[in-house]
Amino acid sequence: MDLRLPLAEPSDAEREAVDAVVGVQNANGGRVSRAERDRRHLLLPALRAAQRRVGWVSEGALGYVSRRLDVPPADAYGVATFYALIALEERPADVLHVCTDLACRLQGAEVPEGAHASPCLGLCERAPASLRTIAGPEPRELQLPEAGPPLPQAGEPGLRLLGRIAAGVDPESLDAYRNHGGYDALRRALELGPEGVLREVVESRLLGRGGAAFPTGAKWEAVARQPAHPHYLVCNADESEPGTFKDRVLMEGDPFALVEAMTIAAYATGCERGFVYVRAEYPLAHERLENAFAQARARGLLGDDVLGAGFAFDLELRIGAGAYVCGEETALFQSIEGYRGEPRNKPPFPVEAGLFGKPTVVNNVETLFNVLDVVAGSGAAFASVGTEQSTGTRLFCVSGCVERPGLYEVPFGYPLDDLLERAGAAPPKAVLLGGAAGSFLRPDQLDLELSFEAARAAGATLGSGVVIVYDESADLVDAVLRIAEFFRDESCGQCVPCRVGTIRQEEALQRLASGRANGNELEVLTDLTRVMQDASICGLGQTAANAVASAMMNLGVLAP
Amino acid sequence: MIVDVAAPKKLVELTVDGRTVSVTEGSTILDACRRLGIETPTLCYADTLTPVNVCRVCVVEVEGARVLVPSCSRKVEPGMVVHTDSERVRTSRRMVLELLASSVDLSTAPDAQRYVQEYGAAPGRFGERATVAQPVKVDNDLYVRDYSKCILCYKCVEACGVDHQNTFAITAAGRGFEAHISTEFDVNLPESACVYCGNCIAVCPTGALMFKTEFDLRSEGAWNEEAQSQVDTVCPYCGVGCNLTLHVQDDAIVKVSSPDDHDVTRGNLCVKGRFGFQFVQNR
Repeated sequence: MDLRLPLAEPSDAEREAVDAVVGVQNANGGRVSRAERDRRHLLLPALRAAQRRVGWVSEGALGYVSRRLDVPPADAYGVATFYALIALEERPADVLHVCTDLACRLQGAEVPEGAHASPCLGLCERAPASLRTIAGPEPRELQLPEAGPPLPQAGEPGLRLLGRIAAGVDPESLDAYRNHGGYDALRRALELGPEGVLREVVESRLLGRGGAAFPTGAKWEAVARQPAHPHYLVCNADESEPGTFKDRVLMEGDPFALVEAMTIAAYATGCERGFVYVRAEYPLAHERLENAFAQARARGLLGDDVLGAGFAFDLELRIGAGAYVCGEETALFQSIEGYRGEPRNKPPFPVEAGLFGKPTVVNNVETLFNVLDVVAGSGAAFASVGTEQSTGTRLFCVSGCVERPGLYEVPFGYPLDDLLERAGAAPPKAVLLGGAAGSFLRPDQLDLELSFEAARAAGATLGSGVVIVYDESADLVDAVLRIAEFFRDESCGQCVPCRVGTIRQEEALQRLASGRANGNELEVLTDLTRVMQDASICGLGQTAANAVASAMMNLGVLAP
Repeated sequence: MIVDVAAPKKLVELTVDGRTVSVTEGSTILDACRRLGIETPTLCYADTLTPVNVCRVCVVEVEGARVLVPSCSRKVEPGMVVHTDSERVRTSRRMVLELLASSVDLSTAPDAQRYVQEYGAAPGRFGERATVAQPVKVDNDLYVRDYSKCILCYKCVEACGVDHQNTFAITAAGRGFEAHISTEFDVNLPESACVYCGNCIAVCPTGALMFKTEFDLRSEGAWNEEAQSQVDTVCPYCGVGCNLTLHVQDDAIVKVSSPDDHDVTRGNLCVKGRFGFQFVQNR
């Protein structure tokens, strides 16, 4: 490409950091060789590397990345400005990002001078929490507090998803993983063959745990029979729904299980390459996953000939840069491909045209963990747990006004009030179920059976398994205003209903909260709900009014 | 006129507003609507650009679909049942227009203004509110950028990129309500990759991108479209033979465009054809 590049040059440190991602430049006068084309997918990793080295992305660094990857500087700038954690103005190398989101503000989160306010960091069980990012020759990121309370179900036997974590198995050792049942499921999968695995997954009636509850078996079958190749496997670990931290606990505590589950998924659906897209705010998960990939590779569990069984599969870690919308599957593809994380219009669906335009399986972390159980046992055995329509167990991220916050695994159908009791919840004034895109429940609705069908019947959603408890002292107006602010902040800005709708929603709620109402707020909010639900491109806009509307209608919060 | 010499395509039959229509496979719902003479508002759509379906003003209801679908990009399917005038459709279209009109200056966007009237959008009811108002960017002698009139339809980015010019001088930057069209680090056009082809001006539906001549005349209150004539001619510069439409007011060329349906240029020109007209009127 004939590019006009900025005149600013990168510093040596920036150049080295970028080269570590894109390779050292050939001595050919700075031209991009034929073999080096089509590497735009390295754009975000390269920008991230520059930022981790010097603390921000300078004009010189951005220009250098553009030149090396053959990406127009304007495009690279558009991508860099999309992400909240990429700074385009110089700032200190050591930055504190303080979570001011739903769970943390209930615990009195405050942003000290010089620190940045952050949306949910996924550390809700140890709220108030923050993330410290330290740029330099040896960059690091710290989740603070560094450790949370122990898993509430630690030591409890019989857990399907949290078993190894509850038993305290070393998450950094492949041997420890194998000694605790690791790789039994893959061996069983190889006996079953790809068709057999698909059959078990279909029979398990496993539904996706990311929020949309799509049947996993149907998704896998659709990709497996696509004639176009290659097929890609993507694990959506961009968990950013306020109040959600389940996938982080799984990846930090049992990373080999994700590798094994993805290997099985790849085997069944004919994928040779897989990506795990993890949000930037999860440094420990990055570290543990990289370690797991390396150990599995060294032992022939990833690579050209997995377990000597004649199929190739390898995994790559991709790290986000602060954008809730990238948890939307097509926005996630855009992000991996090096574009702005703007969701695509569907159809075509990912099973047909996903990552790099190829058939793609995209599954949430928790969904993939369930696959191990389905394959190691059987689909039918899996389906015998839970309810008729919601099979297996489910993780719930309990936080807010409770004595024992944390991640709980319970079979589907478990009553919400029992879960609240186990977590030591104060008598609630309200419970937010499903996250910012979920809904508020009244105290008299807490006998809800936790299953997809019961939630749907109650006009609620389990979403990503968020349960935030608000006791009598909690400020629900504050929670509702925060949710509105969150969506305004996280809208990608692509489509009109969400870009302008989320800010108009926030303005109307602010007017109601501050006594400056015009009198037509309810009518305006109702219309905004309709246009965002009906005409937004993606799930973010379509759900941006859910929790707000439920608070107003169900609890009378801010109701004029 | 573009002649399609590919193999004949299959016909797809669908129902729009109770009327049956057959269109070729691969057509969009919008194509079907136009075939039936159903007027459908569009802002980010252009015949010469890849649909980005971001403005959402062309949404229609497809039976069986959970949400409304953009007619400009959604391909027809056999047996599809489409409603273009249901209460849901009208509400969403009205709201999209209301949201745009409440945040953007539509004073030089006649199509958008007409839709606002037609759908009864009342942007005033949002009360005190954030807008995209900002100073006009005047950084060169050929055209100006007034992003307080920008509805973020992405047409200019597409025209500058792979759809037309392959210059890549501009992009969507930022996020959410802060999203905007920008050069890298917001540098002025002379420092950017811009080649002043003006193809972005040609596709801009709101007058956010405007010839400097037009901008100056409007500032003086002297712009008078009714008094203008349009003259088609052939560009005198090179041998390609692009068609030009000269917009003439008071015996002076005030703007140059090119017909969208011209099979060589598809509405595009280069800097010479677009802006190199001063020699004609040096008196």
